[in-house]
Amino acid sequence: MNKKISFTFDGKKYSGFEGDTLASALIRNGVFLVGRSFKYHRPRGMISAGSEEPNAIIQLESGEITEPNVRATEIKIYEGLNATSQNNWPSLNFDLGSVNDLFSRFFPSGFYYKTFMWPPKYWEKYEYLIRQAAGLGRSPTKDDPHQYEHFHYHCDILVVGGGISGLYAAKLLAKANLKVLIIEQHPELGGQCLNTDSFKTHEVLIKELEEQNNKDNFKIIKNSTVFAYMHSNYLLACQKINNAKIRQIIWKIRATKVVLATGSIERFLTFDNNDRPGIMLANSARKYQNHCSAKDIKKIVIFTNNDTAYQTAIDFFYKQEVEVQAVIDVRKNSNGDLAKKAEKLGIKIFFNHAVIDTKGRKKINSVIISELDESLDKAIGRSKKLSCDLLCVSGGWTPTVHLFSQSKGILFYRESDATFIPDKSFQNEISIGACNGTFELDEILKETYSKISGLLTEFGKKIDVKSRINSEKIFYDKLKHLWIVPSNKHFGRTKMFVDFQNDVTAKDIKLALREGYRSIEHIKRYTTTGMATDQGKIGNINALGIISDLSGVPIHKLGTTTFRLPYTPVTFGAMAGRHIKEFFDVERTTPMHQWHVDCGAKFEDVGQWKRAWYYPIENEGILQAVNREVKATREGIGILDASTLGKIDVKGRDASEFLNRVYTNAWSKLDIGKCRYGLMLGDDGMVIDDGVTSRLGENHYVMTTTTGNAASVMSKLEDWLQTEWPELKVYLTSVTEQFATISINGPYAPKLMNKLCPNHDFSKDNFPHMSFQNIGIDDVHCRVMRISFTGEMCYEINVPSSYGKALWEKCFDLGNEYNITPYGTEAMHVLRAEKGFIIVGQETDGSVTPIDLDMSWIVSKKKYDFIGKRALYRSDTIREDRKQLVGILTKDPNEILEEGSQLVEKITPVPMEMVGHVTSSYYSPNLGRSIALALVKEGIKKKGLKIYAPMPNKAIEVEITNPVFIDPSNERLSA
Amino acid sequence: MHKKPKKYSIFSLIKNAFSYHENWQPVWRSPEPKNNYDAIIIGGGGHGLTTAYYLAKNHGLTNIAVIEKGWIGGGNTGRNTTIIRSNYLWDQSAALYEHALKLWEGMSQELNYNVMFSQRGVMNVAHTLHDVRELKRRWHANRLNDIDCEWLNTKEVKEFCPIINISPNIRYPVMGATLQRRGGTARHDAVAWGYARGADAMGVDIIQNCEVTSLNVNNGQVIGIETTRGSIKSKKIGVVAAGHSSVIANMVGIRLPLESRPLQALVSEPVKPVIDTVVMSNTIHAYVSQSDKGELVIGAGTDGYTSYTQRGGFNIVEDTITAVVELFPLFSRMKMLRHWGGIVDICPDASPIISKTHINGLYFNCGWGTGGFKATPGSGWVFAHTIANDEPHKLNVPFTINRFSSGELVDEHGAAAVAH
Ligand SMILES: Cc1cc2nc3c(=O)[nH]c(=O)nc-3n(C[C@H](O)[C@H](O)[C@H](O)COP(=O)(O)OP(=O)(O)OC[C@H]3O[C@@H](n4cnc5c(N)ncnc54)[C@H](O)[C@@H]3O)c2cc1C
Repeated sequence: MNKKISFTFDGKKYSGFEGDTLASALIRNGVFLVGRSFKYHRPRGMISAGSEEPNAIIQLESGEITEPNVRATEIKIYEGLNATSQNNWPSLNFDLGSVNDLFSRFFPSGFYYKTFMWPPKYWEKYEYLIRQAAGLGRSPTKDDPHQYEHFHYHCDILVVGGGISGLYAAKLLAKANLKVLIIEQHPELGGQCLNTDSFKTHEVLIKELEEQNNKDNFKIIKNSTVFAYMHSNYLLACQKINNAKIRQIIWKIRATKVVLATGSIERFLTFDNNDRPGIMLANSARKYQNHCSAKDIKKIVIFTNNDTAYQTAIDFFYKQEVEVQAVIDVRKNSNGDLAKKAEKLGIKIFFNHAVIDTKGRKKINSVIISELDESLDKAIGRSKKLSCDLLCVSGGWTPTVHLFSQSKGILFYRESDATFIPDKSFQNEISIGACNGTFELDEILKETYSKISGLLTEFGKKIDVKSRINSEKIFYDKLKHLWIVPSNKHFGRTKMFVDFQNDVTAKDIKLALREGYRSIEHIKRYTTTGMATDQGKIGNINALGIISDLSGVPIHKLGTTTFRLPYTPVTFGAMAGRHIKEFFDVERTTPMHQWHVDCGAKFEDVGQWKRAWYYPIENEGILQAVNREVKATREGIGILDASTLGKIDVKGRDASEFLNRVYTNAWSKLDIGKCRYGLMLGDDGMVIDDGVTSRLGENHYVMTTTTGNAASVMSKLEDWLQTEWPELKVYLTSVTEQFATISINGPYAPKLMNKLCPNHDFSKDNFPHMSFQNIGIDDVHCRVMRISFTGEMCYEINVPSSYGKALWEKCFDLGNEYNITPYGTEAMHVLRAEKGFIIVGQETDGSVTPIDLDMSWIVSKKKYDFIGKRALYRSDTIREDRKQLVGILTKDPNEILEEGSQLVEKITPVPMEMVGHVTSSYYSPNLGRSIALALVKEGIKKKGLKIYAPMPNKAIEVEITNPVFIDPSNERLSA
Repeated sequence: MHKKPKKYSIFSLIKNAFSYHENWQPVWRSPEPKNNYDAIIIGGGGHGLTTAYYLAKNHGLTNIAVIEKGWIGGGNTGRNTTIIRSNYLWDQSAALYEHALKLWEGMSQELNYNVMFSQRGVMNVAHTLHDVRELKRRWHANRLNDIDCEWLNTKEVKEFCPIINISPNIRYPVMGATLQRRGGTARHDAVAWGYARGADAMGVDIIQNCEVTSLNVNNGQVIGIETTRGSIKSKKIGVVAAGHSSVIANMVGIRLPLESRPLQALVSEPVKPVIDTVVMSNTIHAYVSQSDKGELVIGAGTDGYTSYTQRGGFNIVEDTITAVVELFPLFSRMKMLRHWGGIVDICPDASPIISKTHINGLYFNCGWGTGGFKATPGSGWVFAHTIANDEPHKLNVPFTINRFSSGELVDEHGAAAVAH
């Protein structure tokens, strides 16, 4: 016997054996009541033994490792496992919520659409109660201690499912020198075969395959569910590994060919009170009984419409302590091999009968059976009561076509056994075995052999004829589908569950139809059938059958609802993988980053970058630090790490023409060695980016973009090049991270440059503003540009990244005597605002043209075209009363406006007419007062006008001014 | 003709319980299309149904039909994450959405159908200085437009939504948020069904499973449509077909400036109440709320490519979930239950088109992109006005199709407004 394991359920200790699922371990202990339903709080037990389980849903563990809504049928017990039932109060056994069941007639489907509307204000209160009552388990409240991984796998063939068809397919493929991956959702291979006594071939196959695992390009992954089938044969699987640290792995698989061998799911039958604990799918009951003997199960009844359930009867028959009371079969008779065998064994069979009701509140204790009329519409004759403590139900089998359907394959409805089976593939895939509607073992083997043989031919390989396997043939007689089992009660008083977890009954579906919700999607949404955590794996087909019966529309005309991913629920953490915390949108840092950190800088997020925001000394606050940095820059030297600006290398025969098209100004005549500022527009004529571009050679430029837009500008430019202007020979390369950029600003900047590079002539005649030179500093090749964003004399040194930090430090060593001061983005903002320079994304918001910015000088009138040109001359863009860039000065010089404040000409009660807003606002230490930039309607004409910024507590008076506050004639630049 | 529908209430529910709910009437009839209508609405989404409802209710036009190729509410109306708010930046948008929000506030009673409009607040979170600037700008604009909106600092954010991660050490720390308390969510299907019931009661024909295949135009005037169920005449046709509006416009040679792109969403398994508001973050691209059923409802940004398949790339879903886990680390062990996609119709300026065309009697209402559910009642209201009077309501004047040639755009994404 296996190892004994103890576990706790609802605070009570039990023991089971290694290999038990929580469900089988509970059954072993005679525990059948495991949960309460969503709406009526009806007592529920496990009805299946797999991922289709709607009832046995528990809260696993507590604290940081808790997990809500875990299927007890899928989780293997381990020592100390602690599970709690959900959705009941005060306890599973005595649940006050079950009063809902008594009043259930007042809560038909959609009752909430018809009520809770009066008085209107009370909805909030009603809703509070509804929300408290809804939900199943509880969300964790603590951080997840586990880690999740993502693995990628590429293979020739992916086999999904390790049942007999998948195993056999894998075997046939394994020796063909192809890369093959087989994935099984359970911890062991074998699928349904694990339940058979007679057929042992799978054991041989499993042994062979396990031996080959991880050799010769062959791999098996167990305990993994393929949950998504996306385009281009991209499939995702989630593996549960329960290692101490890593909990799950998402496998991202690309396969040339996919072999779906996902099996089938047994169906339930829809009869009155079909939901009591102790009522189970026949094949699941058989699985449990073969695996563990349930305590207190003495008498069983089987209710079926097909032959497969007879195997359950036979298996139980051989169990000494269990008495098979009867098989209730809705069919007239059966000539199937299994039915015959059962008959021979002396098992009592009631043909043409049905279970029309069941008894037993928390556990079934008897069934009521009755004969059916000719058309199976009515229960006739005297009903009989049979006592039992287990009712095994089979309504036939549903091929698991979820993945096939997700792949966009088209389904076909097979009338004979009421199944949807794969018809036309959309992707490179085949289905074999039960998921293809082939149920009989020998037929499965034959189908697999022939389909795999065809598949191998596609890969230019031959099948090994010696590997052919057969099985003894079993004859199954036809199934008879009976979507609604008759009852002798009024239909309105029955409780025939279709969706167990959501408490949807056959009469709810009837109500939906009566009320005009006719499309399958309307019915699903109105009744919520198929929307529980099992996503209708058991119930959906019955819902369809019932709709068809009640509406008279044949099933294939109703169509199924869409199968959506995931096949079974997937943990959020697994999907996030390692891309959280420090790996969430990984930070980008400059080569000098550590220096800023060591210096105590505060940082700002700009796009993905961490930029130094300001560098407080001792107890300085932001304002003091920034004031100091700004003043130092205007009086001595300020140094800025500008490495984050986007840099795009533009090369090729048509580089100049390309720039002519993407910027508003002209580029052809720019001399080599010169720099020019450019504005880039969207096709709507609105400013989207700006920056300086330098001409390195006849056909070679380097463009700078704003920090935040670098990637989007790059992809936009590629978009234009590749889709609109294929005739241009231009090549773009992002070189942002190849260079560190050090911006040296201030009156003493040339002095520092001289010290850095004593042999170079930095005089303005030799090195004028808006030009660049290649300069060696300590033998390192640097590109130095004379451009300025502060209004001061400025040299921007671009140095290969690996030298960035060394050069930065060297600047400090040499610049000490000029009070060299590092300044961050905040001081940079103040400095440029003092000069009235814009920041794209701050002064602009996608609704601002160059003319609005009073920058018409940069818009070429002569150029044939550039992006946004046409849009610039539309009736609205040429309006004169558009919002325009202006300066703003508060009446009180110490008042600093809040950025984003709105501006009005007249204070009125709200709604107030707004004329613009404050785009930037700072204290300017050089002016000794606050300054601001704003976009104001007709602002350029209105300079001098007093307007207001109405704040929640006061209105601030301001004056519209020129946006250039310092050095309008640019004297400092070229001093 | 049809009877006036019986009123829904707790009493009617109890009464019907005693007859096993066998006496409920259909919410709407399923009539055969007539030969001729005074007006035809193409598209039985929320916007089409509200248009029909207000045409009948406000303008007395009852000989009208809604033509739907599938089932009503089956487009984006039944696929969206139902966030409702009116805190838009620009005056034009704010006025339109606020008008809609006011209609939401009385909708259940107006329709006698509980649409479960739940005003649990919508919080837009700021993670960078840039976000703060943009959201404050919007807050001030909303304030002055008399739209309820508050600014919350980080501490207040935490108080309002206790499970949010406000650690200053996370990748994008929470730096504040705007809050519109009147915002919230609603039950999307109920909106379609409630308006359909209301319209049907006034005589509107709701015709499902009927696809419009062409528009008939004579001398610059529409005269009818061809459908998979025959031809129908009408001199007024309103097209409200979301992403497929461009397909229909093409039938008469009109090119709409719309891009149709996948937008994805998902729900978790249901759990007991854990988050009591709607949290949206633009910077980390995620938004989340909890439905009455207990499911976390999570939405993503659009896929980067135009497409008519109602599903997008898995990477988008992954990124969204990652963002949610980052902001709410406690959700790491929750599970995704169901995922789906819709096709959203996006205008270059992220604002809708509610407009006349150069063809007489042909009107378009589309381009709602990722955020039109909240506008549903307001959109129908003004579009009904436009159709009935052959001239726009003052609220939809700015949303004319001509703005793309005049340049008078209402650029809501440029303004860093969070979509949805
Ligand atoms: C995933 C997702 C999340 C979203 N989240 C939000 C949100 O949180 N908040 C928000 O406000 N908005 C959101 N939206 C957007 C919102 O859903 C839409 O803007 C809105 O529902 C559009 O409504 P509609 O009536 O215009 O379009 P739809 O509901 O799409 O209706 C159009 C109808 O036209 C029909 N049709 C098309 N062609 C034809 C034809 N030839 N003949 C007849 N009928 C035709 C279609 O079948 C469809 O039923 C989201 C959208 C998606 C996809």
